[in-house]
Amino acid sequence: MIALDFVLRQGDFVLEIRERVEARITALFGPSGAGKTTVLDAIAGLRTPASGRIAIGPRVLFAGGTTDLPSHQRHVGYVTQDVALFPHMNVRRNILYGRRRGQKLVLETVASMLEVTPLIDRQVATLSGGERQRVALARALMSAPELLLLDEPLAAVDLELRKRILPYLERVRDELGVPILYVTHDRDEVTRLADHVIVLNRGSVARSGPPSAVLGADPLAL
Amino acid sequence: MTPMDDVWRITAFTIATALLATALMLPPGVLLALLLARGRFRGRVLLETAVSLPLVMPPVATGLVLLLLFAPRGPVGSLLGSAGIEVVFTWRAVVLAMTVMGLPLFVRTARAGIEQVDRRYEAVASTLGASPARVFATITLPLAFPAVLAGAVLGFARALGEFGATIMIAGSIPGATRTLAVAIYSFTDTGRDSDALMLVGVSAAIAFAALWLSNYLSSRAGIRA
Repeated sequence: MIALDFVLRQGDFVLEIRERVEARITALFGPSGAGKTTVLDAIAGLRTPASGRIAIGPRVLFAGGTTDLPSHQRHVGYVTQDVALFPHMNVRRNILYGRRRGQKLVLETVASMLEVTPLIDRQVATLSGGERQRVALARALMSAPELLLLDEPLAAVDLELRKRILPYLERVRDELGVPILYVTHDRDEVTRLADHVIVLNRGSVARSGPPSAVLGADPLAL
Repeated sequence: MTPMDDVWRITAFTIATALLATALMLPPGVLLALLLARGRFRGRVLLETAVSLPLVMPPVATGLVLLLLFAPRGPVGSLLGSAGIEVVFTWRAVVLAMTVMGLPLFVRTARAGIEQVDRRYEAVASTLGASPARVFATITLPLAFPAVLAGAVLGFARALGEFGATIMIAGSIPGATRTLAVAIYSFTDTGRDSDALMLVGVSAAIAFAALWLSNYLSSRAGIRA
């Protein structure tokens, strides 16, 4: 279970979220400026809430005043929107960067699942947008995260590739059992992947629940 | 010994001491550059000013401060003396003066390079489980490397030309502490004008090569960042 219960201030912007999610894939939905990325940043330890609590299962990542685990101890895989592949490393070194000791997943498995095997010795500057996205996803998975944060992971990927990557995300969901928090604008992605959706608007939760209920209620609102 | 032998010996001594000084600048210099580029702490401006001080103070004044500190009865000199290490008027004093005078240039250049490293890379590396030390060693430093190298070359070039602080703390002892800059002054003073001119030529050639290398590396750093 992921417990998100915090307030975060950034200048005039206030983000307030109070959600407990049991879902395997939770979609964060909402217009730009709603605070979706800020939620991911707070979970990853890149922004500090003013108060509240963030926990993955029994593990408390943040509790106002008492706990604030640094990013590197949170075991959270984060694929940012701009993917930020390390430019001075090739694809292989990028993917292996966060590999944890005792990690069961091997490079070959992840690479072939995401179709990055032919890219493995390439420099990242030579990759296309979709290739970068897949490499970033592979890199995050190799760190054996307890929660995967994806910020519009398929935004830069063409439709054809999107169709091919979606099943992989489903496999991550079903086989690896890694819960995913997923920022997207795509309604189809939500209905296909997510079993819970949180709609954010101007820093607060507008609605939350199963996609069928939330999307069915008022599709125009999304 | 022919004057030519003198010229080569002085040149070799100067390059050797400047290289050693550059190596000594690196550990504290990289740490200071990182602190100034990334640190958010009270007294940052004060530290920045203190680090840059040798750039704007008269070098002889810096030399006098070093002399007071490292003289046999000085606070640092007496400690080193009890360990059997003499500094003033030895080659160590030459290296010390070069290090102190070259450090500000190194720190300024390396700091600019570190500031240009995109913090997103550091953030992602930390979410992948890398400790701050590992992030620095594997992300920040390699991405800032051309600037760090450019800073080292600049520090080396500054060390080569060091005069004011060196003359105060190391003097001009032939075969012991006489560097290119000091020798040019001493030769001119004793009427060995042609030898002095030859040293000027050698200094100019080395300084030109070092500056060219530094500029080349800086421009590469600019492109990469």
